[in-house]
Amino acid sequence: MIRFLARRLAQAVVILLGVTVVTFALAFLIPADPARMIAGRAATVETVASIRHQLGLDQPIPVQYARYLGRLAQGDLGRSYAQKTEVVELIGSRLPATLLLLAGAIFCELAIGLPAGIFAATRRGRFADRAVMTLSFVGVSAPQFVVGLLLLYVFAYLLGLFPLSGYGGLEHLVLPALTLGLAGGGFYSRMTRASMVGVLGQDYIRTARAKGVAETGVVLRHGLRNAILPIVAMIGIDIGLFMSGAVVVESVFGWPGIGQLAWQAIQRVDIPIMMGVTLTAATAIVLGNVIADLATALIDPRIRLN
Amino acid sequence: MAHGFKGFVRDPLAFAGAVTVALVVAAALLAPMIAPYDPAEQFFDGLTIEGAPLPPSERFPLGTDLLGRDLLSRLIWGARASLTVGVVANGAAVIVGTLLGMIAGLARGVVGGAIMRFTDLMMAFPALLLAIALAAILRPSLWIVALVIALVNWVQICRVVYTQTTALAEREFIEAARALGAGRARIVLRHVLPHLVPTILVWSTLGIATTVLLEATLSFLGVGVQPPTPSWGGIIFEGQSYFLTAPWLVFFPGIAIIMAALAFNLVGEALNDALDPTQRGRR
Repeated sequence: MIRFLARRLAQAVVILLGVTVVTFALAFLIPADPARMIAGRAATVETVASIRHQLGLDQPIPVQYARYLGRLAQGDLGRSYAQKTEVVELIGSRLPATLLLLAGAIFCELAIGLPAGIFAATRRGRFADRAVMTLSFVGVSAPQFVVGLLLLYVFAYLLGLFPLSGYGGLEHLVLPALTLGLAGGGFYSRMTRASMVGVLGQDYIRTARAKGVAETGVVLRHGLRNAILPIVAMIGIDIGLFMSGAVVVESVFGWPGIGQLAWQAIQRVDIPIMMGVTLTAATAIVLGNVIADLATALIDPRIRLN
Repeated sequence: MAHGFKGFVRDPLAFAGAVTVALVVAAALLAPMIAPYDPAEQFFDGLTIEGAPLPPSERFPLGTDLLGRDLLSRLIWGARASLTVGVVANGAAVIVGTLLGMIAGLARGVVGGAIMRFTDLMMAFPALLLAIALAAILRPSLWIVALVIALVNWVQICRVVYTQTTALAEREFIEAARALGAGRARIVLRHVLPHLVPTILVWSTLGIATTVLLEATLSFLGVGVQPPTPSWGGIIFEGQSYFLTAPWLVFFPGIAIIMAALAFNLVGEALNDALDPTQRGRR
């Protein structure tokens, strides 16, 4: 188990190194001069040159990359051009909101996806199954910004049940989490159904039925327990999808998370923030994958050491 | 396969999906002929006296936008942008993904390893964040948006093709072809590619749904197809701040996006069932 963990972590570190190369390259692709952006429009050529020297931008690219890695190792993501604050602090102050949204979204996804998938699997081939699966298709076919705006219009504007935007109590969380949860729920219901259909066809399910176990017991205790494995793994893998969704949903609902931070930074060409958020998101995705693998290995001894 | 296609026509949902796909394609191709008005024309009677957009009426069937332009005409023309990006971006992603996946699966070794590690790296980025950053860097236009989406989307199909190719490469008939002196190109074209056709077909359809959604999202965030070219996501982006008083500006283009994505998803799924022998008769 420890060897498995060590190998997975080593792979994760290699991928993250690759990620730093890409974020570093991103800064060079952007057709904007960081020194001029910090100095402002009125600055003289000399000021710009001195800032460029201070930032080390007059150094060869490999040296700049090595310095960038060195700073990263010390937890320094640089300083925002526009806001003149440390990127680490900006991300740190925005992260709790995004994590809260993530928790809400996962809750909604599973609360919608698991029951719908189990329901469809136990009525396989019948009308109810087709109806649920069609609905799940609508869920995955609807862009999050449309779902978000429609939920806002109906539940916040017409019915006045929730605030139109902002951050704070549970009432602020419901609509953005539901927006992410509807698409995710459609996805999870399809996965749950497929996994359950596979498990319910197994011999031990027939044995359980033959022993006289009640149908609910068969489905939940014998079926779901075995079918849940790929679904658990999916939650870890899902973090990439969530980060993409967060950019959209946070901008629709004015949710002060790192998705919104990234979006504002891209509009202002604030390169350090873009690099920092991309790196944070990539780290979360890579860690999510490692955790998914670990959870799978812990739950299912058959997968270990493979 | 004939059996599968008969099932395809009998499946009402897949049939509805195919009809919707045909309608979207027709709207995109025939836009100049079927759109009631010029999508760029700003009508003097297209706004209220206060300058607000008009709700649906007899003259403007789906209402007007903030500049007094006919929403229906803009939606019909918008199908062009969505479909062009969908077909071009997804086509490029499928071609690049299939080629790299086959190369990685057959070559293995350093080349194969390098390609697959690169897909690992790509998977570590949130697709949308990467697409937004690229689009912002490259100054968006219709073709840049297609390019950006292709750059982000080739990864999944590459991995699927890789897995299938490695399995195929182990099979005896490939071994036999190689023993008979078939060159690499011949093995790829005559022995591997035909087996990948179902996968490629399914991804060519399902991928359009993903691409249409991504294009709409990029346009909604303002880094997609740029005005004055009408696009569904762009119409929502423009109307967003007025959507409480003019909900049709979000509602109708939203329906268009959902219908188009759903249609391609339904057709792709039906193709998947029809072409995958292990799925046959399972429903």
